[in-house]
Amino acid sequence: MSHSFDDISAQLKKRHRQSSRLKWISMGALGLAGLFLVLFFADMLSKGLPAFQQAQIQVQIDYNEDAQRMGRAALDPEVSRLVSRTFERLIPVRMRDNPELLGTTETRWVLADSEVDQYLKGHRHTLSESQQATVDALVEQDRAELKFNTTFFASGDSKMPEAAGILAAALGTVMTMLVTLSIAFPVGVMTALYLEEFAPDNRLTQLIEININNLAAIPSILFGLLGLAIFINFFGVPRSSPLVGGMTLALMTLPVIIIATRTALRSVPDSIRHAAFGVGCSRWQVVRDHVLPLAMPGIMTGSIIGLAQAMGETAPLIIVGMVAFIPDIGVSFTNAATVLPAQVFTWAGEPDQAFVEKTAGGILVLLAILIFLNATAVMLRRKFERRW
Amino acid sequence: MPRHESYPPEPGQPVTRNREANHELSIRIRDLSLWYGETQALDKLNIDIYQKNVTALIGPSGCGKSTFLRCLNRMNDLIPSVRIEGLVEMDGRDVNAAKMDEVALRRRVGMVFQKPNPFPKSIFENVAYAPRMHDLVSRKAEQDELVEHALREAGLWNEVKDKLQQPGTSLSGGQQQRLCIARAIAVQPDVILMDEPTSALDPISTATIEDLMDKLKQQFTIITVTHNMQQAARVADYTAFFHLGEIIEYNDTKTMFANPATKKAEDYITGRYG
Repeated sequence: MSHSFDDISAQLKKRHRQSSRLKWISMGALGLAGLFLVLFFADMLSKGLPAFQQAQIQVQIDYNEDAQRMGRAALDPEVSRLVSRTFERLIPVRMRDNPELLGTTETRWVLADSEVDQYLKGHRHTLSESQQATVDALVEQDRAELKFNTTFFASGDSKMPEAAGILAAALGTVMTMLVTLSIAFPVGVMTALYLEEFAPDNRLTQLIEININNLAAIPSILFGLLGLAIFINFFGVPRSSPLVGGMTLALMTLPVIIIATRTALRSVPDSIRHAAFGVGCSRWQVVRDHVLPLAMPGIMTGSIIGLAQAMGETAPLIIVGMVAFIPDIGVSFTNAATVLPAQVFTWAGEPDQAFVEKTAGGILVLLAILIFLNATAVMLRRKFERRW
Repeated sequence: MPRHESYPPEPGQPVTRNREANHELSIRIRDLSLWYGETQALDKLNIDIYQKNVTALIGPSGCGKSTFLRCLNRMNDLIPSVRIEGLVEMDGRDVNAAKMDEVALRRRVGMVFQKPNPFPKSIFENVAYAPRMHDLVSRKAEQDELVEHALREAGLWNEVKDKLQQPGTSLSGGQQQRLCIARAIAVQPDVILMDEPTSALDPISTATIEDLMDKLKQQFTIITVTHNMQQAARVADYTAFFHLGEIIEYNDTKTMFANPATKKAEDYITGRYG
């Protein structure tokens, strides 16, 4: 029995309706995900961007005798309440180091107290009516304004929000990632090379493979416990240091790099290996001269993504003590340090209103670095992608 | 001689009937058997391969031609489940002996594959890589000379001499296959194995490769697997007919095609199956 086109079309209508419904549902899901992303970014930007500006006040500093003991005495009492205490504390130190300052005066821009900062930004603050009037007057005279916040990018943590910066944590992150990369990359790549190119396919290697895949799914905090138990308690690696943090994160990154490398190696066609064996390459020459160069973009991409993941990790670092208060800028593998996400975590726990924007600002810096790393991964893949 | 009699006459002896007096032995194979796991793929092969000739291996799919070919440079080593028994003797040495280094063997027995597989490197590098690796060249000038020589031998020089730095994969299929031949002859092997070298190529490229084989046999022993009966008839001096892992008949090509000794070979050659 044959059907006319009209018969068939009538039957098909239901199927077409079904597929268009599915299309709309999936588009809705995508829209929802996009909306969340936009909301997240908008919230972070609106909260975090003010952190990149900081109120400063122009003050006259009078280096008198009282100021040698108490910095506040050098300032006009009305203004002194509005200036950051970190600056006031520095005045006696400066005078001791430079005795010739005694009796002179100086006019300069200094950090304002965080409450003044919050007031100028229109946020919640604790300034009294009279203090607000003083600030307003200073603004009128162009002696108080919001300037680009160099302190945020150039100093370490501080209990005073206006003086707190992200540099110590950023350096800590760099040091930690150096340790992680220099351990996880060679060990991971060589492990994958052995498993993929040299090892026989038997029970033992299958067992190892399953365990590596499981390792990638282990909650990261367990790696922190391992780091604490083995590296700190057993091997005596200094706690809170980039060394122990980097080693712990390396453990976490290893499976990611191994899996990415194996995938990259597997994607190299066997015809290349056969060609190389055919001209008399030894197994190592096949790998070094032919397989590795082709797999490198994939290996790099996987490693960078693994590194980015480690960079955003906080939980295992809390366990090995890297959530520390680090006011000094230092570059050392063995001294106590903190990392960006841990710094964000610390600031998020501060009660001071001014720390809210520091937290968001820290997240923005972290996000910028992660986006940069991921973009690098994509670019590497594009650039070195080879066809054969 | 009556046809369709039991053949070969004596078990354990090579099955060649007609051999030109001046053809010298290159590879001697005795009782060669091969298993993939439990499956036997080759069953007690006996065959003599002669120097500076083209030997064609023909037979239906899955009859063990390619497997046999890969025994000659031990490419089967790469497959973990393979087990080999019997003798493959070259230059008085057992190729499968533990002492034999497969790298040394492959240096003397080159290979060209079914699908052209140039390295994803420049044309120059494709040819220069192996000689440099085997320390056949030391100076840059020697290397240039050797690359040019190999490319000329492979009949590719005039087409690529102005673009040696371009990737080998940018060439056409037929050119890629000739590049692979140049790569194989650059290390001056004794034997070149070709595993259906023209099956992925168009008729014109195929004719070029066939002419090339005819020319190269003056210097090299060529063993080629082919599905194309006419090709075997055109290029081969000797032809071996494989069926279900056995060599049914091995003879000089003229006799083989004009007057096959076995019914199976005759049926295959006349196209009754395959």
